[in-house]
Amino acid sequence: MPTLSFTSNLTRHTPCPDAAFEAATVAQLFDLYFSQWPDVRGYVLDDQGAVRNHVIVMVDGRGLHDRRRLSDALESESEVFVIQALSGG
Amino acid sequence: MADRLLVGTHKGLFRIKRVDEGRWEIERSWFLGDPVSTVLAVPGTGHIHAALDLGHFGVKMQHSRDGGDNWNEAPVPAYPDKPDGLEDKDPFRGLEIPWSTQKIWSLAAGMPGELWCGVIPGGLFRSTDGGESWALMRALWDDPRRRQWMGGGYDFAGIHSILVDPRDPAHVTVGVSVGGVWTTIDSGAHWELIGEGLRSAYMPPDQAADPLTQDPHRIVHCPASPDRLWMQHHNGIFVSDDGGRHWRELHDVLPSGFGFAVAAHPADPDTAWFVPAQKDEQRIPVDGRLVVTRTRNGGERFEILATGLPQAHAYDLVYRHALAVDEQGERLAFGSTTGSLWVSEDQGDAWQAISHHLPPVLCVQFQQSTSD
Repeated sequence: MPTLSFTSNLTRHTPCPDAAFEAATVAQLFDLYFSQWPDVRGYVLDDQGAVRNHVIVMVDGRGLHDRRRLSDALESESEVFVIQALSGG
Repeated sequence: MADRLLVGTHKGLFRIKRVDEGRWEIERSWFLGDPVSTVLAVPGTGHIHAALDLGHFGVKMQHSRDGGDNWNEAPVPAYPDKPDGLEDKDPFRGLEIPWSTQKIWSLAAGMPGELWCGVIPGGLFRSTDGGESWALMRALWDDPRRRQWMGGGYDFAGIHSILVDPRDPAHVTVGVSVGGVWTTIDSGAHWELIGEGLRSAYMPPDQAADPLTQDPHRIVHCPASPDRLWMQHHNGIFVSDDGGRHWRELHDVLPSGFGFAVAAHPADPDTAWFVPAQKDEQRIPVDGRLVVTRTRNGGERFEILATGLPQAHAYDLVYRHALAVDEQGERLAFGSTTGSLWVSEDQGDAWQAISHHLPPVLCVQFQQSTSD
């Protein structure tokens, strides 16, 4: 089952525990996660649902390709990390 | 010892002069209103190079041959034409990397007449005619791993530290935020990514030890013992004994291992200074107390130096180029984002404030007298 983890820096602002969900795409994974932890959404995605400018989403060690619609496919054992882009300061 | 200090700020370049024992005053200013992103007083000459960041109108270089009495606009390091159809994008955020100098972030002198310049978005330039012309170091820029670099505090990566080996000026080591430590032994014809032992806490665990993901905030070396390098990293302090090939982390540095600036003693490889901030997410002095930390034994122990510095409700942050030591290792100076400037004449034991109302300080450098 794909897993989702967050930078510890985000825990300063809102609880965001690691979690795992059955999901075929990053969009599905995020939707499932945000249904349980809705406050996290606004920290990761912008008003249009795209990844925030200074947030990086890594899927199995590579940068997310579709940062607007999050359509990247997941494998059953995929690991997704949400980290801060150091470009943000 | 240096009696003059150059201070580049968000609104001009200032020179501070020592007028008497322990007394320093603002002597004069240049480029008022314009951000001065980096300044280099070339040792042993009257040459000063200052990089301006004119916002709407781009970056500019100014060059004085007479210690600052007269300035002329000089050529800016410029990228060559980007090949048609070349895709050059930030690996994680998808932004197109501009082939255009956005910020001049570092300058260093090499052989006589040789200058090195690091810029955002990640270019390293070399001049062999004192800054009259510049060439992009293509071997570094064209390395496919360069496309994995990321911005650190800016949208795109940049080169902020350039160490020219005094024993052999063809040996140059640079620090990239965010892109690790790179070194050349042939004046830039070939480059090697180094940095074993560094650790990036902000990356997924399986990439934390990758030298390419490291975010050195600032790297300096001891000029008399140039294999000794000190690094203030995004998530800690590291030291190297072999020119940056291997690093060891210094743990439990109080009050904090986070910060931007580091200065190395010019003669004693075991002495270095740092200006800590609380942590990545809170870039303010710990408990509102501004301090400098100093090690005299290679990082085994750090002293906290606070005499003369504000110890309550101080929110000064010191940028990576805003801490300087003079060529004798006795005098230090640093400036802060809130426009304060301090000088020490005793290796940091005591500090005196020169001003609390300068513009935000971007860079500080002692201007060695040409007769020294």
